[in-house]
Amino acid sequence: MIIDKPNTKQEVLEAVVVRFAGDSGDGMQLTGTQFSDTSAMFGNDVATFPNYPAEIRAPQGSLYGVSGFQVHIGSIEISTPGDNVDLLVAMNPAGLKTNLHAVKPGHTIIVDTDAFNKKNLEKAQYESNPLEDGSLENYRVIEVTMTSLTKEALKDVEGLDNKSILRSKNMFALGMVYWMYDRSTDYTIDFFNKKFKSKPQIIEANTKVLNAGYYFAETIELIPNAYTIAPAKMSPGTYRIIMGNTATAWGFLAAAEKTGLELFLGSYPITPASDILHELAKHKHFGVKTLQAEDEIAGITSAIGASFAGDLAITTTSGPGLALKGEALGLAMMIELPLVVVNVQRGGPSTGLPTKTEQSDLLQAMYGRNGESPVIVIAASTPGNCFNFAYEAAKLTLEHMTPVVLLSDGYIANGSAPWKIQTVDAMPDIKPNIIKQATENWHPYDRDEDTLARNWAIPGTPGLEHRVGGLEKDRVTGNVSYAPENHEYMTKIRAEKIKRVQNYIPDLTTEFADTGEVLVVGWGGTYGSLHSAVKQMHEEGYSNIGFAHFNYINPMPKNTEDVLSKFKKIIVCELNSGQFVKILKANFSGFDISQYNKIQGLPFGNNELIQKFKQLL
Amino acid sequence: MDTTAVKEYTFKDFASDQEVRWCPGCDDYVILRAMQKALPEMGVKKENVVFISGIGCSSRFPYYMDTYGMHSIHGRAPAIATGAKLANSNLSVWVITGDGDSMAIGGNHFIHVLRRNVDLNVVLFNNEIYGLTKGQFSPTSLVGQKTKSSPYGNTQPPFSAGELAIGAQARFLARIGGNTPKEMSLMFIDAEKFKGTSLIEILQNCPIFNDGCYSKYTDKAVREDKQLFVEHGKPMIFGKERDKGLILNGLKLEVVTIGENGITQEDLLVHNAKEQDPTLHQMLVRLKYPLITGIIRSYDDVTLEERKNEQTEMVKANSPFIKTDDLFFSGETYEIK
Repeated sequence: MIIDKPNTKQEVLEAVVVRFAGDSGDGMQLTGTQFSDTSAMFGNDVATFPNYPAEIRAPQGSLYGVSGFQVHIGSIEISTPGDNVDLLVAMNPAGLKTNLHAVKPGHTIIVDTDAFNKKNLEKAQYESNPLEDGSLENYRVIEVTMTSLTKEALKDVEGLDNKSILRSKNMFALGMVYWMYDRSTDYTIDFFNKKFKSKPQIIEANTKVLNAGYYFAETIELIPNAYTIAPAKMSPGTYRIIMGNTATAWGFLAAAEKTGLELFLGSYPITPASDILHELAKHKHFGVKTLQAEDEIAGITSAIGASFAGDLAITTTSGPGLALKGEALGLAMMIELPLVVVNVQRGGPSTGLPTKTEQSDLLQAMYGRNGESPVIVIAASTPGNCFNFAYEAAKLTLEHMTPVVLLSDGYIANGSAPWKIQTVDAMPDIKPNIIKQATENWHPYDRDEDTLARNWAIPGTPGLEHRVGGLEKDRVTGNVSYAPENHEYMTKIRAEKIKRVQNYIPDLTTEFADTGEVLVVGWGGTYGSLHSAVKQMHEEGYSNIGFAHFNYINPMPKNTEDVLSKFKKIIVCELNSGQFVKILKANFSGFDISQYNKIQGLPFGNNELIQKFKQLL
Repeated sequence: MDTTAVKEYTFKDFASDQEVRWCPGCDDYVILRAMQKALPEMGVKKENVVFISGIGCSSRFPYYMDTYGMHSIHGRAPAIATGAKLANSNLSVWVITGDGDSMAIGGNHFIHVLRRNVDLNVVLFNNEIYGLTKGQFSPTSLVGQKTKSSPYGNTQPPFSAGELAIGAQARFLARIGGNTPKEMSLMFIDAEKFKGTSLIEILQNCPIFNDGCYSKYTDKAVREDKQLFVEHGKPMIFGKERDKGLILNGLKLEVVTIGENGITQEDLLVHNAKEQDPTLHQMLVRLKYPLITGIIRSYDDVTLEERKNEQTEMVKANSPFIKTDDLFFSGETYEIK
C-alpha cells in the first residue's frame, strides 16, 4: 500500500548489488531476505550471499560481530551475489568498517548516524569519526538518524519496550531501499502479518517503521534519483525463491514420492547442514522419518539400518561430521546398500570456519575411508540445482546399490535464487534394484549384468533371509571369505561398479566456446562465479575461452578427455589448494593444466577471475 | 500390522548353513542354541527377524542364524537397529553385542537406545574381557585383573552393565548365567514380548582369556546358594534349602534365613519388576551376595515408534499437503510469462 511515486528522474539499471551490514542482532539476514524475495516477486533474477559470524550474538558493535547479507538483483541473468557493492547499508561503525572495501567509489552508503557514537567508534577501532574526517569523500554517503526516526515513528504505538523499538530499525533501512529500487512494500507487510499473527503490536510497529523509511527516502532530497530494475528475461513458468539446503531436502522428498519408498534421515546438528534436517523434520505428512541422533556416527548408522530395512535413507553433515562417518560409509559401500551422504562443505580443517564456504572436503569424500572403498561423488552447483542433484543422488544410489556422497557448500546451501518449480511427474524414473520374490539359487550378491548392482532383498520378504557384513564376502554366496583371489576380485568389482555409472550420467558440456585457447574448469558451488566471469570475458570480446563445470566427480563423464583436448590450456579453479586438479591430473595426462585457488572462506570474485584468465590469453 | 498366520518352526529353521567357529567350550554356543530354540516360540515370522551385531566374538552371531542379519562395525549396532526398526516396525530386531562393543566403543549408542525405548532387544554377552583381540581388559574387567594390556593389574574401575542401563532409563533389564539355557530361552521370549528396549545381560564365560570369571556364582555346585533368580510377584528367596531370602533393612538389602530370629517367608521382599521407580531394581543390580538373576525390571512405557507414529498421524491429519507438488507450489510463488 504505497502512494504513487512523484516524477523523480529514474535511472534504469541492468543489475545492482545491495549489501546490508550491522550487528548480528540487527536483523540483517531478515532484511536481506525480504529485499531479495520482493525483488524476485517483481520478476528479477536474484542471487544472495549471507555472511555471518559463528557466534550467535557476538558482543554488540564489535568488528567480528558484524553480520552481512548481500543481494544481487537484475533484469539480466544473475549467477553470483556480485563483487562490487552499489549500495551499502551500514547500521553501525563496525558494519561500515568491515564492508567499505567492497563498495565501488562513487557509489552509495546509507548509515545510521545515531549509531556513530564514541563507544561504537571505539569498538570498531576508528580513531576518528569517518563521517566527519573526510575518509568517505569518494562515496555518496546518506546520513540518516535512523534510530531516532524509528523511535519517533513508534511513539504512538502502545505496549512496545525499548528493545522492540530498536529492533525494528532494520525495517526503516529496508523501507528506504524499497523506495530507491522501486519495490513495493506489500510482500514484506504480508510477511509481518503471517509471522507475527499473535502479536498485533509487532505487526503494527514493523509496518509503521517500514513505511516511515519508504516515505522518508521519498521525501528527503538527499537521494538525488531513484533506480529501477526491469524484470529479467527468464524462461516462462512458476517460480519461487529457494535456498540450497531447502532445495536439497525437497529433491529427496521428490525421489521418495517417485519411488514410493519412505524417506529416512539420520542426522546430527552441524553448521551449515542443519537446515536440511530442519526442513525434512517438518514434512511428516509425507511420511518422512527424521532421527536426530546422538552423534554423527549414529546419524549415518541409523540410516544404514533404515536402508537395510527398505527405506530411502540419507544422512546430512558437514566436514568434521563426514570424518566421523568415514568408517560407517565404508560399511555401506562394503555391504552395497543404498545411502546418500550429503556433505555441506564449510571452511576446514578441524572446526575451521563453520559459517564460511570452502570446497576442501573433495579428497575426503573421494578417499577418506580405510581400505579401497570407492563411492559415487557428485556435487550440486547452484541453490536451485541442489534439488536436481539430491534427486540424482537418490536415483544413483538406488539403481547402482552403492553409497553416494552429494557435495554442497555453505555458499549455495545458504544462498537463494529463483527456482522454476519442477513437478514430480516430470522427474526421471527411478528403478530401485529390489528383489521381491525368492528365486531358486538366489544369492545376496547376485549382480545386475550391466550396472553390477547387487539386488536389494528387504527384511520381511520370505525366503530371502541373508546376512551382510563388513567382512569380505565370497563373490557368489555372499558368505564370509578370506580367500586371496576372491578379495582381489571383489575389490575390483566394487571399483568397476562405480566406473560403470559413467554409462548412466550425462556428458560434460562446454559453455561459451567448444574449442579454443583456455578452458576454465570448475566443480560444485563455484558455477555462478566462474560462469559470470567467462561470460563477461566474451562480452569484452575474448572469444577463445570456454567453460566446463563438473557435477559428476566420481566417476567423471565419459567424454571428459575429449572436452579437455579441445583447448590449449586448462585452468582449474577451486576454493581449496587444488584438490580436483589432483584428480584430473591423475586421470588425464598430456594436458597443460594450471590452477587458481582461493582459501579465504569466501566465494570467487568476478574481477580476480577475469584478471587471472586474461593472463593466460 | 502383518496379521497373516505364522508358520510352525523348529530350532533348525533358524540355524544357517555356516559352521560355528567359536572356541570349544564357549558359552556363546549355549546362547546361540537358546536363541534358536526360543524363536519358534515367539510367534514371529522368520522373515521378520533381524539380528544386528557390532564387532567382537559375540558379533559373529548373525552369521549363524538363518534370518536377516548384519554384522556391522564396532559399537554401532544399537544405532543401526534403531534405523531398521523405525523403517519397519513389523520387524523383530535383535542387537547382539559384547561388553567392549556396548560399553566402550559403543557406549553412546548403548545408552541412547535405552533412553529412547525403541522396541528392540539387546543381548549383551558380558565376559569381562576382549576375546577377539586376544585378551585385553574391558570396561567390565575388575580392578587388579591381569590381562595382556594390564600385566600388573587393571587400574580402571568397571562399569556394571545393569547400573549403567538403569541410569540410561532402561525399562527392561534381565541378567542370566551363560550356562542356564532353559531360563535363557524363556527370557528371550519375554524380552521379545516386552514393548520397548529389552536388555539381557548374559554372564558369559570366556574359556580362553577369562576362564571362570563367574564360576563362584554360576557353577552348578554353588549356583542355588549364590544366585537369587527373581520372578515378578514372587518372594525373593534362594538357597539349596530355599531357606534364605532378602528383606529391606533401612536403605539396605539384607540376607535373612527363614526360621531364624522369627523370620517367615511373609517377611521377605516380593519382587515387583513392573515398578516405575527403579530404586529397588538398582539395589538388586548392585548386590553381590546373592547375585540377582532373572528379569529385574520390566516397566511398560511408551516406545519411540509409538511417539513418532502418533505425531506423524497428527501432522498428516492437519496438513494441507498430500503430494510434494502441493508443497512446491505452496506459499510465495510467482509466474514468469
